[in-house]
Amino acid sequence: MIVNYDKCLHCGGCAGSCPKNAIFLNDYILVFNDDCNRCGRCVRLCPVQALALEARA
Amino acid sequence: MKTYECDVVVVGAGPGGSMAAKFCAEGGLDTILIEKKAEVGAPLRCAEGVSKKWLEEVGIALDPLWIRADMIGAVIKSPDGTQFKLDESKAGTEVGYVLERHLFDKALARDAVAAGSKLMMRTSCTGVIREGGRVVGIKVKSMGEEAEIRAKAIVAADGYESQVGRWAGIDTNVKLNDLNSCIQYRMVNCDADMEYCEFIIGRSIAPGGYLWIFPKGNGVANVGIGVMGPLCKGGEPKEYLDRFLAIDPRFKDSQAVEVAAGFVSTCPGLDCAVDDNIILVGDAARIIDPLTGGGICHACRTGMYAGKVLVEAAAKGDFSKASLMPYEKMWRDRMEDKLYRNWMAKERLAELDDETINELVRLISTSDIEEVNVYNLLKTVKEKFPKVVEGFEHLI
Repeated sequence: MIVNYDKCLHCGGCAGSCPKNAIFLNDYILVFNDDCNRCGRCVRLCPVQALALEARA
Repeated sequence: MKTYECDVVVVGAGPGGSMAAKFCAEGGLDTILIEKKAEVGAPLRCAEGVSKKWLEEVGIALDPLWIRADMIGAVIKSPDGTQFKLDESKAGTEVGYVLERHLFDKALARDAVAAGSKLMMRTSCTGVIREGGRVVGIKVKSMGEEAEIRAKAIVAADGYESQVGRWAGIDTNVKLNDLNSCIQYRMVNCDADMEYCEFIIGRSIAPGGYLWIFPKGNGVANVGIGVMGPLCKGGEPKEYLDRFLAIDPRFKDSQAVEVAAGFVSTCPGLDCAVDDNIILVGDAARIIDPLTGGGICHACRTGMYAGKVLVEAAAKGDFSKASLMPYEKMWRDRMEDKLYRNWMAKERLAELDDETINELVRLISTSDIEEVNVYNLLKTVKEKFPKVVEGFEHLI
């Protein structure tokens, strides 16, 4: 997952919306764990378009 | 690693967490309240509007310190500019104050501390501790140091993020339809009416949600928008809000001094907000008015209920799910019908196109409603647009 921290407002909305509970907002950054299944929910919901899916390796 | 022992640990010092901590501590429980951020009540993730009546119900004394503006009414507007203005005499319970949340939250945290609760700042929960199949505490990072807080019960008041509940095994996942992505600017030097809260509905303005203008006096207003999950494809909340502000003449010479984002769930609450040794309150339990997105009064009520139930559970020495179930009954008895009714109303409103919304607002503005509240508004809608309330007529 690519986070644009110049846009991110640290609202935690993505964390609360993640169906896999794969996003954790600590004090300053978003942490994504291995449970992420690239469903893209956080990407479409982010109010400021701060998230993008990485291209598959 | 440092280990703390207590009766109850409360995760999150928002209104729900502070109320829970206060009632636990008042009942003689050894209580620790933790807050992830460096400041209680900031940064803002809230439109700051509340109604008036519930404050007394939960024992919060009015303090001019955190009341920024006293509203005399509300305006509901449709996309073509048709508006329905209601003043206090008619608006009754639905109109109220615009708060200063960073001060309100600190006042509630102070009350929790005054009751005897400990408060640990910059302490985030990173997981739950399980032993013998039961949750016996939480793992935290406190001022950068890892630690454990062992407790007989946990109150999860961690807001929309709601991760403590999930770590403890409670499904707090929200359907896409039942969530709203929001953004808000604090606008200064604007020409908005400083005595009325304004709600603008309609698909072209705020798809599946609404746009709000909550004035804070002296040309300052919280202007924000919520967009329903399925109607977000990427960046809509900000796009729609920026578009509105560029067009509306009241904001021609206005600029934002603060940008806030946040999500609200718009479902009628979790199927069950308790389990062995854990209670979820407020946003974490998804107990928010699905139509207005208002969550402060629900958080305060559920926090109070959680505290009271935990004090009783401690007297019995039993923090099992069965022992905590009175909490479930308390919040459902008080709020479930209204939450369900407003959830249905939200679902239906989201389906209506601009034309129908214009007609609806015109209809309401010309009908003679004694006291205006969501219930009476829906009753009027039921008479003229029965289709809108199909499926939940029995609650109106």
